[in-house]
This record gives sequence, C-alpha cells and structure tokens, in this order.
Amino acid sequence: MTVEQIIFILTGALILGSALMVVTTRKLIQAALWLVSALFGVTILYAILQANFLAVVQVVVYIGAIAVLFIFTVMLTRKDLRDQNSQTRSNWWIAAVLGGLVLTGLIFIILSQPAFSRTAEAIPAGVDTLRNLGTALVSPDAYVLPFEAASVLLLAALVGAVYIASRTGEEK
Amino acid sequence: MSIPLSWYLILAAALFCIGLFGVLSRKNAIAILLGIELMLNAVNINLVAFWRYLDPAQMAGQVFAVIVFAVAAAEVAVGLALVISVYRRHHTVVADEIDLMKW
Amino acid sequence: MVFLNDPINFISGWIRGLLTGWGLTESLATLIIYLIGITVLIVFAMILDVMLVWVERKVVARFQDRLGPNRIGPFGLIQPFADIIKMVIKEDITPAGADRIVYNIAPVLAATSVILLWAILPLASSIYGVDLNVGLLYIVAAGSLGTLAIIMAGWSSNNKYALLGAFRMVANMISYEIPMVIILLVPTILADTMSIKGITQAQSGMWFAILSPLAFIIFLISAIAELGRSPFDLNEAESEIVSGFNVEYSGMKFGWFYAGELLHAFTFGGFIAVLFFGGYGGFFGLEKISLFSWLNNPFVQAVVFIAKAMFGYWVIMWIKYSMPRIRIDHMLAFNWKFLTPLALVVLVNTAILSKVLIDLPTWGYALCMFFSNIIIGFITIEILRSYGRKQRKANESTSPQVAQN
Repeated sequence: MTVEQIIFILTGALILGSALMVVTTRKLIQAALWLVSALFGVTILYAILQANFLAVVQVVVYIGAIAVLFIFTVMLTRKDLRDQNSQTRSNWWIAAVLGGLVLTGLIFIILSQPAFSRTAEAIPAGVDTLRNLGTALVSPDAYVLPFEAASVLLLAALVGAVYIASRTGEEK
Repeated sequence: MSIPLSWYLILAAALFCIGLFGVLSRKNAIAILLGIELMLNAVNINLVAFWRYLDPAQMAGQVFAVIVFAVAAAEVAVGLALVISVYRRHHTVVADEIDLMKW
Repeated sequence: MVFLNDPINFISGWIRGLLTGWGLTESLATLIIYLIGITVLIVFAMILDVMLVWVERKVVARFQDRLGPNRIGPFGLIQPFADIIKMVIKEDITPAGADRIVYNIAPVLAATSVILLWAILPLASSIYGVDLNVGLLYIVAAGSLGTLAIIMAGWSSNNKYALLGAFRMVANMISYEIPMVIILLVPTILADTMSIKGITQAQSGMWFAILSPLAFIIFLISAIAELGRSPFDLNEAESEIVSGFNVEYSGMKFGWFYAGELLHAFTFGGFIAVLFFGGYGGFFGLEKISLFSWLNNPFVQAVVFIAKAMFGYWVIMWIKYSMPRIRIDHMLAFNWKFLTPLALVVLVNTAILSKVLIDLPTWGYALCMFFSNIIIGFITIEILRSYGRKQRKANESTSPQVAQN
C-alpha cells in the first residue's frame, strides 16, 4: 500500500460518503454543504491526477459559484424553517435497486477489460499541460469551435437566468 | 503512480449511481439538481482519468472536461432560476406537485 | 548547501538524514518533512497574525490623531496577547436553534481559507510552500472558500439579521471576484506564466505596477472588496444591521473571524507586493552587479518581501480609515457598471500591446505601456465627467420647480 493508494482510498471514501449524505439527508442546506465536501474530494482527485488547472477551476466554479447558488436557492424557497418531512419518495427502493444494477453492470464491464488495469506513466518531461490546454482551446485546428460555442451557451444561460428569475412584469 | 485506472473508473461509476439514486428518489426539485451535479462530476472524473492514463500530451480529455464545467454551470444557473420562478407562482418546489400540464 | 544561502533545503536535508538514520523509509521521511513544513508555515502565519493586531491598532490610532495602546508592555506590544486572553476566557454561546456543526465549522473555514493562501506566497526565491503552475487561480479559489464560510456563518446563526448581512456580504464578494480574475490575467500576460514565482522573476527588470498602474488600482479595489474591509464593510459595520453575519459569535469563534480578516488583509498586501511590486526581487537588474550580489540572499529577499507586504497592508489600512462606507447598491453598481468594463478594457489593451511592442527594449516597453494606461484612465475620467455633467443638469432642471413652491 503506497502513500498514493492510501490517499486515493481516503479521498474516495470522502467523495462517496459525502455523496451518500447528499442524497439521503433531510435538511436541504446540509445536503448542499455535503455537496461542497464531495466536490472538494473531486478536487483532491484532480490534483492527484496532475490536472492542476482543472482542480483549481473546480473549486472556483463548482464550490465558489454552483454550490453558493444552491445554498441561496434553498434559502429563498423554503416555507418553514424546519425540514421535518421525509425528503425521499415512497418508492425509493426501486431507485436503489436500479442504481445497484447499474453499478454492478459498470463494475463488471470495468473489471473485465484488462486494458483498464494499467498504471499511469509519468508525464513526459517538457510537456507543459497548462500551456497545451490553453493552445488547444484557441487554436483553429484544435478546439476553438467548442470553446466559442460554450461561451455563447454561457451568454444564453446568463441572460436566461437573469430574465427568468427577475420580478419585473410579474404580478405581485 | 501506482493506482490502476480501474480504481478511478469504479469510483466514478459509484458516484454516478449515487447521483442516479438521488435524482430518482428525491421529492424536492433542488435535491434532484444536486443529484445531477454528482453525475456530472462522475463523468468529469472519468474524462480526466482517461486523459491522464492514456495520453497526457493530447489535450482532448481536459478540453472535454472544461466544456463539461461550462455546461454544468450554465445548466445549474438556468435550472435554479426556473425553480425560483416556479416557487414564486405555485409556492412549492416538490416536483410531484408541479403538475399543471399533466392530463 | 550552506545554511545562509539555502535555509529550507539545508534544514530539510538535515532532518531527512536524521530520520533515515533512525531507520524510516524514504517516503515516510518525506511525508514527515512535509508535515513539519506545513506546521511551521501555519505557526508563522498565526504569529504574524497576532502581531498584526498590534500593528492595526497602532496605525488606526495614528490616523485618528491619538496614541493607541501604550500601557501594556513597551509601546503596547503585549496588547494582542491581552486581547487573545480576553477572547479565550469569554463565554462560548451557541444560539438556540442554531445548526451546531455548521455554526462551529464556519469560523474555522474562514481562517483556513486565508492560511491556505500562505502555501503559495514566496518569501524568498528558496523559501516558499509550493510553486504551483496555476498559482493565480489558486488565490481566487481560496477566496471562494471564504465566501462559503460566510454563508455558513450567516445561515447557522438562526438569526434573520445575520442572514441578511451574510447575503449582502456574499453578493459583494462574488461580484468583486469578476474584476479580480480579469485583472489577475494582466500579470499572467506580462509574465507569460501563472506561477507566482515566475511572475516575481519576470519583474526583475521592471515592476508590473509601472507597466500597468490601472491594473494595480483595479486589483487594489477588488481586493479590498473581497476582504470585506472598509469602504466595503457593510457586513461588519457596527451601525449596520446589528453588525452582520458574525453577530451571534462570541469569544474565540469571533476571534477566528477577526484574526482571519486581519491576516487576509496582510496576505493580500503580500500578493499586491508579489504581483505588482516585484515581491522578493524586482531590483531593476541591480542584483546582477557583483557589488549588490548580496541582494540574492534568501534572508535579504525575505526582509524585502515583508517590507513590501507591510507597505501594501498599510495602503489597505490607509484607505480603510480615510473613507466612508459605501451603500450596497452603490457597491454593486460600481462593480458591474464601472469596474468590470474597465478591467476588460485594461486586459485587452495589455494583451494587444504586449505582443505589438515585443521588440522594444525594456524602458521603451515600460514607457509605452504606462502611457497607454494613462490614456485609458484619461478617457475614463472624461466619460465620468460628462456623465456627471448630465446628471447635474438633470437635477438642476427638476429642483427649481420644487423650490418655487
């Protein structure tokens, strides 16, 4: 058991434990905070995988923006301050069975491929992944088109979200 | 690097299934969106793991993950705006009670 | 590896020899050295924090034409310890109905988000925690964690005034992250790297504050807004809604918020020093002359860095104690309608000019970039003046009708 494997197992336990708390807890604010903890575990995973830029962007975008949005929305849409009712539907066991089946199927597929049990080789020296990422996002024979499409998507989402959530024109 | 690729894939699969369970079994619309976020994160873990283990010099994996970040952010923003708007009209966010368009 | 030239490596090599001599494996010895390094860094940051309480109180006193603490110890130096003892022995109240776990974690998270920043702040060319190649984005990420801590504090206090204060503070902080991220791209463009050490080394010829003074000013303003210090301190002003999100916190938990904020201010002073004033270096090429080769010594560099960080912190305090508070809607309007477009203009200007002028010698390059910033500033002021003129004319045309009755 090398140190990396121990760190990976601890991080995996953090992620899966927090995810389970997200989907089972009764208080929605705590669910949002457990989501923050799960996202932080994913950040540690990206750092282990040496994708530094993605790790930091995960904190900035997911934890700093999306989780904050969730917390604000939960606070703005509550009728009473206590969540006493169960938050799970009565047929949750079907969802659990379905989830279990999907998980078993996926694990079976993963373990049956010998190519998936390889370990990582070191990144070749001289490959600057950050610079390559930047170049790939803006060079015409790489991924500039999805990049521009994503920016248009973000603009549409920005305008749409502001318009839908605004109060002007609503009868109050 | 002594961690085999299959460990990352199993972790991502487990996270995806937990998110799936959350989407299918929760009443509150916001809790459903929380489950969707978990599923998107599982997909991202898969993409980045494959990028690292197959060919770190090729940027397709990381670019894909960056675009998924952007799409997830846009989707959460619009989704939560819709939830707030629905709450203002019907004073409920329980997904089952938003049934005006059912036959 | 003489101690004077490379202290950190010397000490870690000595400890590693000691540990492997005791029979531990190489990786375990490395892990223990990392843990010791983290502990030393945190202890250093916290001790600095304690001294900053004294600095803050003396400086605010001088700005307000009085002496400040001078009874306890020489020049009041023991005052911070008296403050800490007072906070520790206060009763630790948890409000009824508060969410216990979240209530207790919030101050710790607020202080942690500041200490995390010390991992990438270089005190000298060989004294730093880690040299991330995405150091600038890491600063923004640590700021996001601070935002989360404030929502947790406001929500878990079970107090609607705390919640309102937290909402306003978080709206403030996430709004001012935008111009900060845009302006952080300016040192990236000028230095061609995002790592903090790389940016410091790129300033050995010319400070970035001279190449782009507008970027420095915009970063200063958005940093002060991120910190939640005056004039953007609506959350903790004593006269605003019952002092904001930390109204229910008493004793050492409030102490964590307070100390975290002071350390955050000093850390951002350090980042202003590193990003715009050359950090531990920036001697305009002087250190290459053999007469001044002692400027490359890590201890001299650390002293230079602390001096520049203190200067940045002093500027932040100066602004705090000289300006009145800004209202929340003015704050947000200032950000979205003025600061963000200006930051974008500065970024585009820097990006274009840094490629067009790439062949000029250093002094010509610096002169052109400086004048481009002056021109942008001039145009901005002219636009603001014409806008102000229109507003004044609109006000005058309405008020005489009111005055005649």
